[in-house]
Order: sequence, then C-alpha cells, then structure tokens
Amino acid sequence: MSPILAIVRRDLLMVMRRKSEVLTALFFFVIVTSLFPLGIGPEPTLLRKIAPGVLWVAALLATMLGLQRMFAADHADGTLEQMAISPTPLVMLVVGKIGAHWLVSGLPLVLVAPVLGIQFDLDASALGVLVVALLLGTPLLSLIGSIGAALTLGVRGGGVLLSLLVLPLFIPALIFGAGAVEAHISGLGAGGHLSLLAAMLALAVFFAPWATTAALRIALE
Amino acid sequence: MLSAHGLTCVRGDRRLFSELDLIVDGGEWLHVRGENGAGKTSLLRLLAGLTQPAEGEIRWCGEKITRADEEYRKNLLFFGHHGALKEDLTALENLEFSAAMDGAELALENALRALQRFGLKGREQLPVRVLSAGQKRRVMLARIATRNARLWILDEPFTALDVKAVDLLATLIGEHVTQGGMAILTSHQTMPIPGGRVVQL
Repeated sequence: MSPILAIVRRDLLMVMRRKSEVLTALFFFVIVTSLFPLGIGPEPTLLRKIAPGVLWVAALLATMLGLQRMFAADHADGTLEQMAISPTPLVMLVVGKIGAHWLVSGLPLVLVAPVLGIQFDLDASALGVLVVALLLGTPLLSLIGSIGAALTLGVRGGGVLLSLLVLPLFIPALIFGAGAVEAHISGLGAGGHLSLLAAMLALAVFFAPWATTAALRIALE
Repeated sequence: MLSAHGLTCVRGDRRLFSELDLIVDGGEWLHVRGENGAGKTSLLRLLAGLTQPAEGEIRWCGEKITRADEEYRKNLLFFGHHGALKEDLTALENLEFSAAMDGAELALENALRALQRFGLKGREQLPVRVLSAGQKRRVMLARIATRNARLWILDEPFTALDVKAVDLLATLIGEHVTQGGMAILTSHQTMPIPGGRVVQL
C-alpha cells in the first residue's frame, strides 16, 4: 500500500472509531445554518439574499473547529517524527493528511449543503452552483488551514492564534464562493467566480503542502 | 557504516556537547551514556536526521545524510520516547501502518508472529488504548522486530519493560548485531549484549 493511501486510510479508520469529532463539526454546520431562517423569519427574498453568505461562513467556522487537531495527535504520540524520517518525502505524507482532513471535515459539508440550502428557498440550479463552489472551496480551506495548524503546533493557546492566522486567509475563498451563488441568482452567471476559486485551489494544491511541511519541520526541531 | 565528525549540539543557549566523533560499522553497537540532560536524546535525533547539528556532519556510507536522504532513511529505524502508537487502532493495525510508513511490505503472518513473540497473542485485535503501559511498549518492540533496517537508533528502549521483555529485546538487538546490523541506543542500565562500545556524553 502506498504511504499516502495508508495515511488516508488510517485517519479515516480513526475517525470511524471516534465519530464525535466529525459529527461535532457537521452538527455545528447544520445548526448554525438552520438558526438563521428561524431567527430572521419566513421572508423568501431576504433568505435567498443571505443564503450564500450564511452557508459559506458556517462552512468556514465548521472547518475551523477541527483544524487544530489536524497534526496535534500525531505530534503528541511521535507519529510525526516517524513521518519526517520515512523514506517517502514528508510533503507527500502531508498531502495525505490534508486529503484525509478534507474527506472528514469538508466533504460532509458539501453533501449536506444542498439540503440546508432548501431552507433558504434556493432553487435547484442555485443549489447546484452552491455544491460546485463548496466542492472547490472546502479543499482550499483544508489546504490553507493545514499551514496554520502546522504553524501553531505545540503552541499553548494555539487555538486563538490559529483563528487569527487562518481566517483572514479564508476571506478570498469566502468572497468568491459566496459570490458565485449570488452571481448565479442575480443572473450574471457563476463562471467567473468558480474559475477564480478553481485557480486558487490549483495554487494552494501546489504551494500549501510545502509551506505546511516547512512549518512541521520547525515544530519538530 | 555511520560516522559523525565534530558534532556540536546547541539547545537554546546551552552547548550540550561539542566536537563529538563517533563511528559505527556493521556488527557493532554503541551505548550512549550520560546524565539526565546530557544530550543523549538530542544526539540520537541528530543522528536520525530529525534535527540539524550546529556544527559537524553525519555520513552514511561516506555520503552526507542530507544528501543520501532516501537511501539512509530506508536503512534507518528510529525509536523515540513516544512510540508512534495510535490508541484507537489495534496492535495489528499499528504495525501495518508503521510498515506502510516505512515503505515496507509486511505480510500478515510476519506481523502476527512478531506480536506473538512479544507475548501479545490473543490481543492483536484489541485497541491499543486498553493495553497496559508495558504491553504498549511491547507493541512498539514488535515493530522493531518486523522492520528490516540496518541501523537501529533506539532511545531508552528498556523503559517500562519487565525482566522477560528486557531479555527478549536484548536478544533481538544481539541477533541484529551478529547478522551485521548496527545499533545505537541509550539506556541507564548495563547491557547484556556483547560487542558494544560506550559513548560517554
């Protein structure tokens, strides 16, 4: 088995053994997005207008919830050391970790988002754009978040620092992700926003694992 | 063959050791000794390539380890204070995952045999979190037994082991060394393995 697949498989297996972590983030997403229509009241035009922003902000915060634990356990039990001296380059293993993080915390959000979107009176095509935008955006969040998680590894009170580091970097994803759905609803077409989101994802896929690896090496010193 | 020349290790603003030379060839093992805080673990981490020395260089078969990276790591087994065990996974899954990390194939029967040798028969499918501290240590030792590496770097491998397991591990290291392997280890105990040299920090 290739080491990257082994990492993904192990992380998924551990999540299956301890489901609370993944379910916490998912329930957070579901509840936060459900509170808005309840609080604002049944006014379809207003709900349609705020839907993209609310769903995206909730997705950002739900991703933040589990971010700190991305490398923390591996750091504490010495797995990270073993990864660093594995014959496979550390950056490849980091790609595996980020992939596993997305499968656990990003993909479930993408899957429930269309159901939650119905609460905001979004029509089928807008829901489709929302799913595509989240599909491009959530891996971006995992990739950027991994840099912050690695930088704050072993820092006491790292949670707050992590939010301060990472949330500003999430802003472009938020703007273009939410913007794609808004543009679609207003009839402008989501193509431009989605292309920019995809371009950012491509950049992040290339650079983020290297930055994360460098940060992890500092943490191991 | 692993050799180090003029190694200096600085942690914070303290100089732990300087101008340290050591060499270990096939069939030899080194016993690193020193007081608590003398830099034993720091030395082992340097040798494993986890940290960079302030001065000096480490060579594997004549090549600097930073350059012969992959080649060196394939031949290296590093066993630190933390055993890299996942509490939620079973002993068997832990072994399989470590082997995959090391880029090695591990047949199921080999893994089972190693666990059996370390007295974990019947506990292969239990999550590691329910095992005792000594049994967890034994799972880590089973990993040493399943890994084909020429150089073993073991940091305090005898901690938390009972007399029987200490003997077993000493035998394992002895076998490895007589088969032409190398080992570098720290321990406060005297070691019942022949052919060793002492490095005093």
